[in-house]
Amino acid sequence: MYSGINISQTDPRPMYLQIMEQIRARIAAGDWAAGKELPSIRALAAALNVSVITVKRAYLDLESGGVIVTRHGKGSFVADVNGLAGELKAEELDEHLAAAAGIGRLLGLTPDELAQRLRRATRTLDRK
Amino acid sequence: MTTTKHIEMRNVRKAFRFFTLEDLSLDLEPGQIMGFVGPNGAGKSTSIRLMTGLLTPDAGEVRVLGHAMPDAQAIAKRDIGFVSDDMRLFGHASVGWHMRFVASLYPGWDPQYAKALVKRFNLRIEQNVSGLSSGEHVKTVLMLALARRPRLLILDEPTSGLDPVARHEVLTELMDVLRDEDRSILFSSHNTVDVERISDRITFIDRGRLVDSNDKEDFLERWRRIQLQVPAGTTLPDLPHLVSRVADGQFVTLTTNRFSKDLVAFLGSSVREVHRMSLEEIFVANVMHHREARGE
Repeated sequence: MYSGINISQTDPRPMYLQIMEQIRARIAAGDWAAGKELPSIRALAAALNVSVITVKRAYLDLESGGVIVTRHGKGSFVADVNGLAGELKAEELDEHLAAAAGIGRLLGLTPDELAQRLRRATRTLDRK
Repeated sequence: MTTTKHIEMRNVRKAFRFFTLEDLSLDLEPGQIMGFVGPNGAGKSTSIRLMTGLLTPDAGEVRVLGHAMPDAQAIAKRDIGFVSDDMRLFGHASVGWHMRFVASLYPGWDPQYAKALVKRFNLRIEQNVSGLSSGEHVKTVLMLALARRPRLLILDEPTSGLDPVARHEVLTELMDVLRDEDRSILFSSHNTVDVERISDRITFIDRGRLVDSNDKEDFLERWRRIQLQVPAGTTLPDLPHLVSRVADGQFVTLTTNRFSKDLVAFLGSSVREVHRMSLEEIFVANVMHHREARGE
């Protein structure tokens, strides 16, 4: 039922981060709307063949990040925060920008040169 | 609410002529899977025989599902499913005969579940046991144990003789058992990939002694390999919680079992890389460190 979430053994990230990332992606894409009930920890563990403690860790971190809400005895739900999907997208953007900034530094680019490249990339996208 | 631990071993000792299991303590809570990991000859099977009442400890206490072992083993065993890779079946009898046999002994036998398992494991009820491949043999023994729906499953190297597909089938069934939070599993293995994936708790043993027992996530979060580059002639300060330190010219590799961001901050610009460690790497480093500390 939740087989869309993939855990890869060649992915260097720990399994709980992989689970978090794929749940965030579903929320960011709008597939999992606010208020949607997440699979129970044990059900997801069984579906993914990973330990309960790993899924629990992913849910706890998602909860402390405000992405999901856990109601005791009722289950976990996608947090009902306005614009959460947008926020997650923005977070994803920041991660990519940080990575780009890192490569820019490696190449010895100034912030202005980096910004120029970003503008060029935007124009290329507009033309498509 | 106090819940009964599914396995409780306290300072257990069992001596043989050439091997002694010494001061073993471990706990398994309901709803958990414990991976019991050790090199060959570490004492995994001896520990499991103590848990299942097949051996009597020389000292210490073994309780399983709240029952003192081996004295109360008759009661405890109704709720224990035990599978080991050297378990023999009756070669001249069929898989179905074994199912009827086990069903007649255990009232908890679930015929629907047994049928479903036979299908999922690709077994044939009418086939004689002597004609089974080694993988089918393991799956048959496991099916017979699972279909009794025991609260505690104790599995001695359940996946060691299996091909990757059969291993996947077996692990999937094991995880399915854990949907019920009053059930638990202890399985011994030296396949750390399986253990890393499905265990909640991990216990390492080596040469008859406990090396470490902890939540899996704790192991993975606390162990790191840190590579430093320090100018020649620099002496590093003494650092706590180092498991090993290997220097090669300017490059120094540290292994720690208490990783924190503070450590990286303290080491500062000399840090080149910080690597997470797989359970296998943690296992080997842990065992080597433990042997060193004991002067072996």
